[in-house]
Amino acid sequence: MALPRDRERSRPAAAARPGLAVAFRNLARLGESPIAMVGTGIVLFWALCALFAPWISPYEPNAQDLSALADPTPSTSHPLGTDLLGRDMLARLLYGARLALTLAPAAVLVAYVAGCAMGLAAGYFGGWADSLISRCSDVVLSFPVLILYVILITAIGPSALNIIFAVTVASSPGIGRIVRGLTLSVRNLDYVSAAEIRGERPLYVMIAEILPSARGPLVVDFCLRIGYTIITIGILGFLGLGLPPPDPDWGGMVRDATALITIWPHMSVLPSVAIVSLAIGFNLLADGLRTIAGRD
Amino acid sequence: MFVFILKRFGVMVLTMALTSFLVFAVMEFSPGDVARKTLGPYVTQEQVDILYDKLKLGDPLFVRYARWVGVLLGLIEDPLADPSLGLGFEDSRGHRYFGNLGFSTLFKEPVNNIIWERLENTGALAGLAYAIIVPLSILFGVLSGIREGSALDRGLSLTGIVLTSIPEYALGVFTVVIFVVMLGWLPGTSTLDDRSGWSVPSQMVLPVLVLVMYDFGYVARMVRSAVIEVMGRQYVRTAVLKGLPRSTVIRVHVLRNAMIAPFTVILLQIPFLISGVVVTEVVFAYPGFGRMLLDAALFGDITTVEAATLVAVFIAVSTQIIGDIGYMYLNPRIRFT
Repeated sequence: MALPRDRERSRPAAAARPGLAVAFRNLARLGESPIAMVGTGIVLFWALCALFAPWISPYEPNAQDLSALADPTPSTSHPLGTDLLGRDMLARLLYGARLALTLAPAAVLVAYVAGCAMGLAAGYFGGWADSLISRCSDVVLSFPVLILYVILITAIGPSALNIIFAVTVASSPGIGRIVRGLTLSVRNLDYVSAAEIRGERPLYVMIAEILPSARGPLVVDFCLRIGYTIITIGILGFLGLGLPPPDPDWGGMVRDATALITIWPHMSVLPSVAIVSLAIGFNLLADGLRTIAGRD
Repeated sequence: MFVFILKRFGVMVLTMALTSFLVFAVMEFSPGDVARKTLGPYVTQEQVDILYDKLKLGDPLFVRYARWVGVLLGLIEDPLADPSLGLGFEDSRGHRYFGNLGFSTLFKEPVNNIIWERLENTGALAGLAYAIIVPLSILFGVLSGIREGSALDRGLSLTGIVLTSIPEYALGVFTVVIFVVMLGWLPGTSTLDDRSGWSVPSQMVLPVLVLVMYDFGYVARMVRSAVIEVMGRQYVRTAVLKGLPRSTVIRVHVLRNAMIAPFTVILLQIPFLISGVVVTEVVFAYPGFGRMLLDAALFGDITTVEAATLVAVFIAVSTQIIGDIGYMYLNPRIRFT
């Protein structure tokens, strides 16, 4: 069937400008959107927590304080209390930020490399390559996302590398679809033809000519996806499919504490708040970036 | 039209075949083999080996997949039902019928005995949530869309972003802390029996609330952006300029056209709610489809996971088809091809 294509209308290609200068200019323009500023602030806060965790953390994340077992609620020695095993909540939250802020962006980055490769190839070559890639993407996308994660992770086992793999499998088709649409919109523009006539190889044309023109929408999508992926990794942790213990994985921390939520709510509420705030940070940042991009 | 629907259903069957094969292949990676899972932990290696041989588990992947399809289509008998194996697997429907989903190694029962009941439970939960989400998000989406930039609109946008950023388990934690721990109004688990002393309706409140909060923001934002787009169209400006009252313009010109795009989004919430409720069901110990799938996947129960995959993909793809057909009726400019 023919769906309306007006959303994929070809957009004027961005004029070639030095990449770094543009990046700085866009960074400065974040100030135009208060929403983006709040988002940046939250993300920066957690990034600093993650970076300086070894220095600001009062304890090791896996160190047990047996004297706190009787009363794990917040006290002077443990400002946010301890968990079921007497491990300091503040330390675990800080180190958990390290995990969340490395694993999620790494996973999205790998997914992006795969997705860009798929989308560029499908959009640039067209024909059977396009059909093959699009059909395969359709099959993956027809899976309800969470079911896909559950099946994949239970099959290959929970570990950081496998989480990255699962995120790549689950989200690269969606990324590929966006990149394919953006590629199609500039595929037949003059500067692409010019590069082809110059005799550039397809790989060069795709990466050096087509990909930069798709930068704007992709940056917004990248931010959004980090937010989603933080949530997803949290969900996996909560379902027992996240990082194996004793790593201070926020989702896993909630999972361990839900059974006792009526007795010691702080054990499950604090990591929930942490994960929500970080996800909100990335989503606000993406929303602000979109608003700024929309003004161009 | 008929050909179009037939074609789409053909693609759906193909997708189901492909996904079920992929799941079959992926599950083979999981440690622990089928014979061991079927017999349980307290058997000798010899017993496992005997079953392994009888079920011909040494055959190549494609042969085993073909056998599974044969059982499903009612072409061959389920090898697990063979009384000489002494497993005690009995299916009251017989051992060779169309739609035989096999025996669950986790529940030690025919999958058909379990999956439909679980699906019903999830359907009740998802249906209630859906009945609340749709009118609520249309109402707020339209209200904020017709006054873009108003206080209500900005408030709703922010609420939407915040709500979609909160994973279901965190919503579960927050609502349980408020309504169960602090106020004591509601039960924290929803096992759908009355052992806890709470009635079934009261057990449904929190899971439904979590689902509504999780999904409402997203759908409302979709409705809002569709309304804003239509408000900017020339025929709306014409209607305003020719002096129609604002309420008429919105009712006749804006709403009807603005509902076309969110229609698909709203319909696609059905598969989301059926299969995406895994987390909510785990939080509240709700005996539903999603939790069954998680338990089965963690146990390595291939037959149940396969059955759940088929059902989930069927629901997802058929709602897509219904969405496409409905979309064409709503928007006559789109033609069948």
